[in-house]
Amino acid sequence: MSKDEVILLDFWVSPFALRAKIALAEKGVEFEARQEDLLGEKSELLLKSNPIYKKVPVLVHNGKAVNESTIIVSYIEDTWPTPSLLPPCAYGRATARFWADYVDKKLFDGGSKIWRSKGEEVEVAKKEFIEILKVLEGALGEKEYFGGDSFGFVDILAIPITAWFYAYEQYGNFKVEDECPKISAWIKKCLERESVASGYPEPTKVYEFVGLLRKMLGLE
Amino acid sequence: MEKQEVKLLGSSISPFVRRIEWALKLKGIEYEYSEENLQNKSDLFLESNPVYKKVPVLIHGGKPICESLVILEYIDEIWPQNRLLPEDPYEKAIVRFWANYAEDKLMQGIRNVLMSEGEEQAKGVKQVTAALHIIDAEMKSITKFFGGETIGYLDIVLGLTVLWLEVVDEVSSESKMFDLQSFPSYSKWMEAVKDLPLIKDNLPAKDILYREEQITLTVVPSIDNTKVE
Repeated sequence: MSKDEVILLDFWVSPFALRAKIALAEKGVEFEARQEDLLGEKSELLLKSNPIYKKVPVLVHNGKAVNESTIIVSYIEDTWPTPSLLPPCAYGRATARFWADYVDKKLFDGGSKIWRSKGEEVEVAKKEFIEILKVLEGALGEKEYFGGDSFGFVDILAIPITAWFYAYEQYGNFKVEDECPKISAWIKKCLERESVASGYPEPTKVYEFVGLLRKMLGLE
Repeated sequence: MEKQEVKLLGSSISPFVRRIEWALKLKGIEYEYSEENLQNKSDLFLESNPVYKKVPVLIHGGKPICESLVILEYIDEIWPQNRLLPEDPYEKAIVRFWANYAEDKLMQGIRNVLMSEGEEQAKGVKQVTAALHIIDAEMKSITKFFGGETIGYLDIVLGLTVLWLEVVDEVSSESKMFDLQSFPSYSKWMEAVKDLPLIKDNLPAKDILYREEQITLTVVPSIDNTKVE
């Protein structure tokens, strides 16, 4: 059987690209990560593979491009079924997809609002973000992971965004640990995994990057 | 598993509920439909979807599933006849990508157009037009439906745009906002979809959709029309 060629178009700070890297690592799939400079010029492969959004991550598997991080993680699950990232029963999978969708709709944008806001809006954004975390805490319940006993689909989608929490905390003046201790504990547990830790950017570096974005947006 | 009771919580004004009805009818699944009063939500409704408090909710064997795209995938897994999604992982990924794109750029885009006016609206129309061009280009290769001879997941997801564009036409005071002649493949697909008895007989009455949009537009411009406070 010929070897699979797996390329991931990546950007060091992108939580969405990290999702794909974690999923591939969990599956033991060898891949080549190519760094894109999203603030500079985008590579030809990126522009060709993702003409609609021109964003990372893009997974190029034997020449075929898959876009959008959640879809990429689903593709990885479908293509390399073991170890499984989703529960075996349809209802469990529907529940996982529901929470994956919630994370996609709320978490990153909710956090971004904090550092993109000015004045009184920051406090409002912070409160909304904490609400989102509390909903996720409810979903986590007493489980170790969103996936239950094993690290899975929802954990993979959510954990990369937590690298940005330090930045949110700085701009919003709060601590996730004080507001949502269960989420904090879950983050620590996930970071024990090699697949997560190896690609997880330094939160202080993410904070610096956010500072750069704020400058670009004229916020400081 | 398939034999357990199926209940669909819906609302006559929600276009998203129609997606689920199309899927259930396509697969020949018997279900009980419950019309929810969105201004006076039932206990069952609130218990079944505490996070969003929105329709549709599918309750199968007493267990609730929320969010129309999640429900569609669930239905496809439990009742595999008349498959909605392709089995091949790559093809599945492509279908999911376009469903995502349709939700984001088209559905949301059209509703933004309905909710805005003047310059904002003109900008919105431009964005939707660009999205329609992209989708039209994608559709050049399909013969009848995305699902082949019968409708599949993407036809069901995109099917709602058919409704919305008609509402836009009725609601807009000026000449047609979206010249469908410029999207020949999309228009051809739209006619094929509208012609299917499955779809034709299961559309919310346009005047209900139109009326509710007007109410939503004047009273609560930023709120999703399926969630009425």
